[in-house]
Amino acid sequence: MKSEDRSGEVKIGLECHAQLLTRSKLFCPCSTDYQNSEPNTHVCPTCLGLPGALPVVNEQAIKYGVKVALALGCEVQPVTTFYRKNYFYPDLPRGFQITQYDFPIALNGLVKIENKKVRIRRVHLEEDPGRLVYKGTIETAKYSLVDYNRSGIPLVEIVTEPDLRSPKEARVFLGKLRSVLGYLGVFDSDLEGALRVDANVSVAGGERAEVKNISSYKGVERALSFEITRQRNLLRRGLGVVQETRHYDEARGITVSMRTKEFEHDYRYFPEPDLVPIRISGLVAGLRAEIPELPDEKKKRFVSQYSVTQEHANSLTFDKSVADFYEEVVSKMPKTEAVAGSSAAVAGSSAAWVATWVADVLKGELNYRGISMREASKLISAGDFVTVLKLLKEGVVTERGATEILREMLDRGGKPKEIVKKKGLASLGSAETEKAVFEVLGEEQNAGAVADYKLGKKEALNFLVGQVLKKTRGRAEPKKINELLKLELQKK
Amino acid sequence: MIGKEEVGHLGWLARLELSEAEKELFERQLSSILDYFAVLDELDLDLDSETTSVEPTYHGKKDVVRADEPRAALSQAEALRNAPKTENGYFKSPRIL
Repeated sequence: MKSEDRSGEVKIGLECHAQLLTRSKLFCPCSTDYQNSEPNTHVCPTCLGLPGALPVVNEQAIKYGVKVALALGCEVQPVTTFYRKNYFYPDLPRGFQITQYDFPIALNGLVKIENKKVRIRRVHLEEDPGRLVYKGTIETAKYSLVDYNRSGIPLVEIVTEPDLRSPKEARVFLGKLRSVLGYLGVFDSDLEGALRVDANVSVAGGERAEVKNISSYKGVERALSFEITRQRNLLRRGLGVVQETRHYDEARGITVSMRTKEFEHDYRYFPEPDLVPIRISGLVAGLRAEIPELPDEKKKRFVSQYSVTQEHANSLTFDKSVADFYEEVVSKMPKTEAVAGSSAAVAGSSAAWVATWVADVLKGELNYRGISMREASKLISAGDFVTVLKLLKEGVVTERGATEILREMLDRGGKPKEIVKKKGLASLGSAETEKAVFEVLGEEQNAGAVADYKLGKKEALNFLVGQVLKKTRGRAEPKKINELLKLELQKK
Repeated sequence: MIGKEEVGHLGWLARLELSEAEKELFERQLSSILDYFAVLDELDLDLDSETTSVEPTYHGKKDVVRADEPRAALSQAEALRNAPKTENGYFKSPRIL
C-alpha cells in the first residue's frame, strides 16, 4: 500500500453534550434537581413553552461555559448571542430549541489525547429538550409520554473537527473530556446520561453519516465500530454511502436510518429576539484564575512529586476525587518510618507504594462494585485508608487481610480495627505459619505436588503455597510461606 | 418570491398537511411578506463599516442575566392543566419517529 493511499481512512467528528451542574435551569428558575422526581414537577411556563413566557439567561451557565472553553484551550468570543433552532418534536414544547449559532461562547480549541491533538471547533450553550417515554419499545408504542423536567437543563456542546481516526480514539477523547469537565466542577460524571454524543462518521470514498443518540460514554466505541463496518461494507459492494442521520439503538448495538430529509437550512436558525447579547470577554480573567490544576498537569506533578509510574499517574488523575483521596492519604501517612511490609512494591517510596493501593487495589474494588470514588469516600475516609495501610505495614494484617478490610468497609461498613477483630484477620505469627506449612506437607492429598517439586517442577511450589494460604485463610505472609516451604522441601 | 414546492416543504417541516388550495393561499401570503422585507435590501449598507452598519438593537439592552437561584415550579396538576391528553403525570403525544 502506498503511503498516500487514503482509502478506507476513517474520519470522526464529535458533538458532545454535557449537562452543566447549575442549580436552576438555563432560561428559567426551575430547579435542576429533577433526578428520580415525578414527571412534570420541575417545570414552569418558560420551560413548558407556554405563550408569553420569557427566557432569561442563567449567569452561572454562561460562566461554566466560558470555563469549559478556557480549559479546552478555546478563544472566548467578546460577545455571545442565542438563536432559535426550529423543528417539531414532542420533547420540544416551543417548536424550537434555544441554542447558539453565530457568536458561540468560544471557537478554536485544542485537546491533547495520547499522542495526538484534537481540534475543537466551537463551544456553545443550549437547552436540553424534555424526555420521551415509550410504552414497550420505540417501534411498537402507540403514543409517547413526555416529561419536561429535563426541558431547559443547561447543556454545553463541544464540537470537534473531524480529527479522530478510530472508535478507540473517540472513546479516549471522551474520557479526557469527561475528566476535564469533572475537574472543573461543572459536570457530574457519575450521573447517567449526563454526557451525550452525536458523531459524524465517514470512510474515505463515501459521504458522512451523523449518528445520534449515543447516550453513554461506553457506547461510543461500539456505535462507531458498527457504523464504520456498515459504511465499509457498502463501499466494498460498490454501493455508495448516502449522507443521512442515523439513530444509535443502544440495546441492539446498531445504527438505524432515521429517514428524515432535514438539513441544516431546514432548521431556519434565527436570532432569539427574547434574549439579548451577553458580553463575556470581561469574565475571562477571573474565570481563568478559578480553573484548577487539570489532569495533564496533575499527572506530571504526581510522577515527579510522588515517583509514581506513568500508569498509576493516569489512573490516579482521571477522576479528581481519586486524585484528591490519594493526596490526602499520602499526606496522612507517617513520613519517616521505612516500610516494613513484605511485598516487593515496598522497596519503593511510601507515596509510590500508596499509589498501588489506591490505583490498583481500591479502584479495582470500586470498579468491581460499579461505584464511584465519591460514593466510596462516604464509606472509607482517607484516615481509615491510612489505618489499613498502617496495619499492613506493622504486620498486623497481610496484603490479603488489608484487601479484606477494604471489601468489608465497602460492602458492610465498619472501622478497620473492628473489622480485623470481627473477621479474625490478624496475621499469624511464625510459629502458626510453620505449623500450617508442616500440616500441608504432611497431607496425603499434597504428596503428588511434593513429589513433582522434587522432580524439578517449580510450579508445584505455587500450588503448595496456595494450600497453606487456604488453610490459614490468607492470614499468613506468602513470602514467609514460600521460604518455609522451600526450606522444608529441601530436607525431604 | 416563493414557489409552491417551497410552501409544501415548509408545511412538511411544520408537520402540517396542506391542501392544494391552502398551498396557493400561503404562497401568496408568504410572498407578500417576503416582498415587504425585501424593502430593507434597498438600503446601501457596508456591514463592515463602523459608520454605516447597524448593530442589531434587540430591546436596546445587553448583558441581561439572572442569578442561579432555583424557585418553586408549577405543581404537576397545574403543569398538565391545559394538556388535551395526559397519562400518569405525563403529557401524552402522538408517537413521532
